[in-house]
Amino acid sequence: MTLGRFILREAEFQAFQAILRKLLSDSYAKVVFLVDKNGTLLASVGATEGFDTTSLASLAAGNIAATGGLANLIGEKEFSILFHEGERDNMHISVVADRLILVVVFDRRSSVGLVRLRVRRASGDLEKILASAVAGSAGELEFIEELTEADIESLFK
Amino acid sequence: MSFINYSSREINCKIVYYGPGLCGKTTNLQYIYKRMTPETRGKMISLATETERTLFFDFLPLSLGEVRGFKTRFHLYTVPGQVFYDASRRLILRGVDGVVFCADSQLTRMDANVESMENLRVNLQEQGRNPDRAPLVIQYNKRDLQNTASLAELHALLNQRNVPEFEASANRGIGVFETLKSVIKLVLIDLKRGGR
Repeated sequence: MTLGRFILREAEFQAFQAILRKLLSDSYAKVVFLVDKNGTLLASVGATEGFDTTSLASLAAGNIAATGGLANLIGEKEFSILFHEGERDNMHISVVADRLILVVVFDRRSSVGLVRLRVRRASGDLEKILASAVAGSAGELEFIEELTEADIESLFK
Repeated sequence: MSFINYSSREINCKIVYYGPGLCGKTTNLQYIYKRMTPETRGKMISLATETERTLFFDFLPLSLGEVRGFKTRFHLYTVPGQVFYDASRRLILRGVDGVVFCADSQLTRMDANVESMENLRVNLQEQGRNPDRAPLVIQYNKRDLQNTASLAELHALLNQRNVPEFEASANRGIGVFETLKSVIKLVLIDLKRGGR
């Protein structure tokens, strides 16, 4: 990461995906998403085809931001875990390393206890990958530095 | 904060529509939604009260094609304009790459415009952004109404930075895409410079 940008390279993306796949199978979840706190989807595994993943990422980030605001009001830094229970599906949302959001959707084949347990382990693994991503992402933005006015203009044709 | 995904070759940027209550932020997004093709826009989400006032935010994702082999995606958000929703505004402004300040041209709303602009500067500063450098475009909305302030007056009140400014009637779509295009340009130029 450089100031003002967050860069996800192929290696870290694959590492994130591997951790999410393991979490998906270990927790018997339906879908697992990894979102950044600004609401952008980083990675997802499972039965994602039924989901509007862009909206989900944005709302999960809004949810964490709003509950974080509530936490501050009572003197807490943040509520790091949210759990939403539905009739059929449930959602476990947690903050990883203060900047990522891990969303697990699961049904009655799993339980909140199991999900919470597996999420804890996965969070530690994600944190390590994130640390290496942050450490090694400078100097790869030639394509952006080379952007011309014409490139930008071409978006609007 | 822009997000560059090398794996899917995507650039993601966040643009926030800011401004006083009822100035037309949501109307801007609704018009963009209506005019973009389904391939270039996602679903629009509005978290609003029963009376259709924005409660938390509106959200509209756009995909605008490629630059240098990277797909560009822009996430448009609006904030709730009413003064007492400031906590929500601060949350939505987090990680912003560019701001559209939507001003209400009606004479009776001048104080609200100024207050909202000051609020924007305070909230940008609070999250470590320099309010004099963050990519910003100003839209003077509701130009079609009676009893509006002159452009010179609006400029003097709101545009000390001399950023790009546009006249608009968002409900008729006038000025909406000009504003959007301008802020996207500023965001990409800022990205090139390294942000902040």
